[in-house]
Amino acid sequence: MSEPQGAAPAPRSLRPGTVTALLVAPAYAWLTLAIFLPLVAMLVFSFLTVAPFGNRVAEFTTTHYLVFFNRPYLVEVALRSLALGAWTTGICAAIGLPAALALSRAFRGRTRELLFFLVILPFWTNGLVRVFSWTMVLRENGILDDAVRVLWPAAPSFGLLYSQPAIVIGLVHAYLPYMILTCYLSVVAIDDAVLEAAKSLGARAPVVFWKIVLPLAAPGLIAGSVLIFVPVIGSFMEPRILGGKAGVTIGTVIEDQFTQAFNWPLGSALSFIMLAVVLVIFAVFSRALRGRLTAS
Amino acid sequence: MRTLVDRRRFNLMLGAGVAAGALGAAMPRARAAGKITVLNWQGYGTDEAWALKLFAEQTGIEVVHDNYNSEQEMFTKLRTNPGAYDVVVINSAWTSRIAEEGLLEPIDFATVPNAVDLDPLLKDSGNFVFDGKTYGVAWVWGMNALGVRKDKAAGVDSYDVLLAPESADRVALFDDAITEIGIAALMLGQKIDDPSDMPAVIDKLKAMKPSVKLIWSSEDQWNKAFSAGEFDYSIYWSGAAGRSQKAFNLPVEFIVPKEGAIGWLDGLSVPASAPNKAEAVSFINWMIDPAFYVKWATDVGAPASANTKAMDELPADDPQKLIHKTEYLKQLQFMSPMPDERRQAFVDAWEEVKAFYAS
Repeated sequence: MSEPQGAAPAPRSLRPGTVTALLVAPAYAWLTLAIFLPLVAMLVFSFLTVAPFGNRVAEFTTTHYLVFFNRPYLVEVALRSLALGAWTTGICAAIGLPAALALSRAFRGRTRELLFFLVILPFWTNGLVRVFSWTMVLRENGILDDAVRVLWPAAPSFGLLYSQPAIVIGLVHAYLPYMILTCYLSVVAIDDAVLEAAKSLGARAPVVFWKIVLPLAAPGLIAGSVLIFVPVIGSFMEPRILGGKAGVTIGTVIEDQFTQAFNWPLGSALSFIMLAVVLVIFAVFSRALRGRLTAS
Repeated sequence: MRTLVDRRRFNLMLGAGVAAGALGAAMPRARAAGKITVLNWQGYGTDEAWALKLFAEQTGIEVVHDNYNSEQEMFTKLRTNPGAYDVVVINSAWTSRIAEEGLLEPIDFATVPNAVDLDPLLKDSGNFVFDGKTYGVAWVWGMNALGVRKDKAAGVDSYDVLLAPESADRVALFDDAITEIGIAALMLGQKIDDPSDMPAVIDKLKAMKPSVKLIWSSEDQWNKAFSAGEFDYSIYWSGAAGRSQKAFNLPVEFIVPKEGAIGWLDGLSVPASAPNKAEAVSFINWMIDPAFYVKWATDVGAPASANTKAMDELPADDPQKLIHKTEYLKQLQFMSPMPDERRQAFVDAWEEVKAFYAS
């Protein structure tokens, strides 16, 4: 096919501002529709006595925000959810940063591409399938036990399924790619000359890591932690399936309010309280981290 | 009521293909004697294509459907669309509440010949009665009670097995507030949907902590964990127990212990505003006909029929027939309507118990 000669209209010139607005508009329209409006609706619901469906009359109330005082057992649930978030994020960082370093420093070309593919693979598998395959691995006399018994036939069963560690394992598997990718972006930007300079000045590997790599990788670590910590606190699928009776988190409590109690207002209020808690934690941490980074 | 939705979802999966053809198949009718509209869950018996075809051939009545996805939605549709429906399938927990609003027509059993074979305990269930009149025809029913591994089932006749030392770490509970509160209420001799002593109910459930291994929330999850040998004793659905035996060959025995079980019962009713009441009643009569039920139950899979003759005509080895023994009916407490505040109190109590199990 050939372009019709001379028939093309002269391109109209648009001002750069208009172009930017046009390019950005679809994204913002989508965000408004898909995120902002539902969030506002949920915020409104959280101040109502009942969800205003059918012929039920909703009135204004703030009692849902006192839920942690009215139901003290939820405090423990919330603390356990935060601990779950801390463990998952910590383990992701402990595995993800070395993996990112290896990817950026030790591998090149095809090998690196293949390893990246393996890192991203969990993203492409259905979450439910992933979690159910973990149940087969972790359960008593499951694949993990069988594997250990190949080396040590009399090994006792791990019996990890239906416990807090099982939930952490499932969550780490799901969220590790975020940490590896964000860390990789930070680490790959570190100039080799900086590391060589440190070594030539006599710094041993641990010192190089602590004084140079870690501070320079911090933006990636922080971004990865934010991406992981928030969804883990609200997770409900992994706790339900891998946690057994240990699988009670703020996420499952919120889910029950929506699906079992039809109490959308309480579910929304719990979500916003947890959002506030997370924001406070990040505010404290980012201040502490900024202090540490500028000091070093 | 998540139990019911899940049960229906299963039927929906089985019947989806058949249901899709139902409306089309009903269109060419033999005689133009009329057309009725049925309001029901999708894929739940009344829309079996072969059954509608047979019914149209025999009576000339064409059947079309409208569906609901929750009991609240069904109630709203009855309220806001007068004259739109001729037959409605109602969980009997709701029947008297809907009749109270004047939305239903009383049933004259003289016009429903097959009703003579209905089990009297179900036919005359108080759930159908308002102001001395009956507003629903008992259709199908099921139970929530104990599902126990066969080699551990000998001698199990009480929910106390959930507290016994030998059950430590061998119990699976169902993640549903209404069911679990109801089971603890049965153990304490209280009413399942309005326990007189809620703190005692909560303590009873908390006492099961050493036994509880997992809390299941779907039939699939139950089947996987049971076949992996992760628990021996559980709170389970009667219909699901039959499917686990038949489809997955799992060694589960469904036991209704001496304290009783939680029952549910679905009925067929005629709205007060129905335009074709006589045709509606003849469709209801067909729905409780053994000829319809046996084919539905054996070809597609159905809950237990309220018609004793229909249950008798099932093959002798049918698991649903073996599980849904009619003598159990005397031991059932049926789910009844629940105000929103009490539902919330149930969910809160169960949430507190689950948090205690996890701690």
